[in-house]
Amino acid sequence: MAAREGGSGFRWSPWNLLLLVPLLMLVTPWFNSTDPVLFGMPFFYWSQFLWVPVGVVCVLIVYLRTKGDGEYAPDADERVDDLDEGARR
Amino acid sequence: MIQWVELSVFVVLFLVVTVMGFVASRWQRGGGLDHLDEWGLGGRKFGSWITWFLVGGDLYTAYTFVAVPALMFGAGAMGFFALPYTVVLYPIVFLPVLRMWSVSRVHGYVTPADFVRGRYGSSLLAFLVAITGIVATMPYIALQLVGLEAVLRTMGLNGTGIAGHLPLLVAFVILAVYTYQSGLRAPALIAFVKDILIYLVILVAVIYLPAKFGGWSDIFGAASDKLAQPSPATGKPAGSILLTGNNQLQYITLALGSALALFLYPHSLTGVLASRGRDVLKRNMVALPAYSLLLGLLALLGYVAIAAGSKPITNNATGRPDTNTIIPVLFDGQFPDWFAGVAFAAIGIGALVPAAIMSIAAANLWTRNIYKEYIHRSATPSQEARQAKLASLVVKFGAVAFVLFVDPQFSIDLQLIGGVIILQTLPAVAIALYTRWLHRWALVAGWLVGMAYGMYLLYLIPNPAANRAHFGGSALTLDKLTIFGWHPFAGSQVQIYVGFVALVLNLLVVVVVSAVLHALKVGNGADATQGPDYHADEGSKRLRPVADVLTH
Repeated sequence: MAAREGGSGFRWSPWNLLLLVPLLMLVTPWFNSTDPVLFGMPFFYWSQFLWVPVGVVCVLIVYLRTKGDGEYAPDADERVDDLDEGARR
Repeated sequence: MIQWVELSVFVVLFLVVTVMGFVASRWQRGGGLDHLDEWGLGGRKFGSWITWFLVGGDLYTAYTFVAVPALMFGAGAMGFFALPYTVVLYPIVFLPVLRMWSVSRVHGYVTPADFVRGRYGSSLLAFLVAITGIVATMPYIALQLVGLEAVLRTMGLNGTGIAGHLPLLVAFVILAVYTYQSGLRAPALIAFVKDILIYLVILVAVIYLPAKFGGWSDIFGAASDKLAQPSPATGKPAGSILLTGNNQLQYITLALGSALALFLYPHSLTGVLASRGRDVLKRNMVALPAYSLLLGLLALLGYVAIAAGSKPITNNATGRPDTNTIIPVLFDGQFPDWFAGVAFAAIGIGALVPAAIMSIAAANLWTRNIYKEYIHRSATPSQEARQAKLASLVVKFGAVAFVLFVDPQFSIDLQLIGGVIILQTLPAVAIALYTRWLHRWALVAGWLVGMAYGMYLLYLIPNPAANRAHFGGSALTLDKLTIFGWHPFAGSQVQIYVGFVALVLNLLVVVVVSAVLHALKVGNGADATQGPDYHADEGSKRLRPVADVLTH
């Protein structure tokens, strides 16, 4: 079975890079402060809430751009060699 | 004193859910329940809505809803790690989860260990993954009981000794019976009620309560004052409403480590594998953060409890104040009785859904990767299903026994350890989805080293506030970090999450040993999967029919 060594079917879409954006939320020094206060809430708290929509938008864009990227093709078995084309339907 | 109005509302809602649990066995029924695809994965055909409620009900557990505000109440800003944790979670798992769904659907895998077995042809590696999953899940189930019991005790059912645990036992027997009968369909159906109640309660709480205590500004002021007071046990402040120089790294690594760990837990994958297709999962990765928003708001209720002057209830079974009762106490004191009853039912039912899914996931692991692999290799699908049903009972009563006979603190410690150990399966389960370069024996070695080192570091952590010398938490001061007696960061008081440190060492070992084994041309087992398997979607001919006869 060693011939299957490359059989991970790796595919790449540049849109996937958007998934890295929410990780910027982990840079705590950017928001670890009280000011500016909003509705009595320190910056530390309300700014982190803002990251929720940022995360949603990034994942949403990747979803819309890679919609239907799964393999439906009935003849998929014969096309093992064409994997890297990332066949978009 | 028993709160009759609260208790009545609670009991009524609990009965509604019980009926739903039994009816669920007839819901969306496929070819009978005598196959793991049906009993353990609900027929593998849940659409977007059911998946959203099921996975949401599964990941955001009663214990989370009780423990996160309790952590804010006790330690301040550190407890807010739950928000970044659930924000970075979905972007991180988005791609690997899709691959896991496709390959599992093509080969009929029911558990993460099934995948490892197929990918590496190694029953030992699969066994290690399965055992890790079961050991990490058991205390998690016990903690759901701790959450449920916090609510029951707040309603006045706070007896001493075994009698004090009786209400919990009754609730759990009911849960065990309908899970046995209906399988994954029961928590899937109940999750609708649970999540709607939770949303209702938390939205009301975050709108109504802050106004009652003079707005967020006064609440943060009160929290800041209280957290700054020196704790009697340590003489140092208990926490602060901002992170300090010493706990920022802990905040980051705990959020990241928890996000990496969550979908390695078998119960998370159970929810994923039960869905119908890739687009269902993608839509859910977009929609699930609605729960994160909720969790962030809920965390802030820990500060509201400070402003309200709530005091945790003393657990009559252990004789110690239980900070996990802080949110129930807040609701009890500030809401009218009937609405407090609704809130308690939300938390109580919120414990049942994940407890059911976790016991099913643990039962699937036991059946597929231990029973079928080592005890009864020729088991038929219906024998597998029967075995899993029985195992789910054993798992649940094991968890009850834990709460009855062991100090609840022990469950909390074990769950902490659970998070650290489940992370050690990341190379074998998640990285293996992308590459087979990591060698199977290297994965075994990395697992061993990561486990041992993680446990050792946890052992080193004291908790002066609780007067404990070992297993006092998951925050390791870098000063204590040691590699064979060498202290690379001696003198540093900066804290880091133990699981993260153990995972880094695990990965290092896996990479180095893989390189050596490849150089020595040691065999790496047979791979039963093929490239296109990782992209197969609903409708593809590659998919194995649901409830097909599984071959190993």
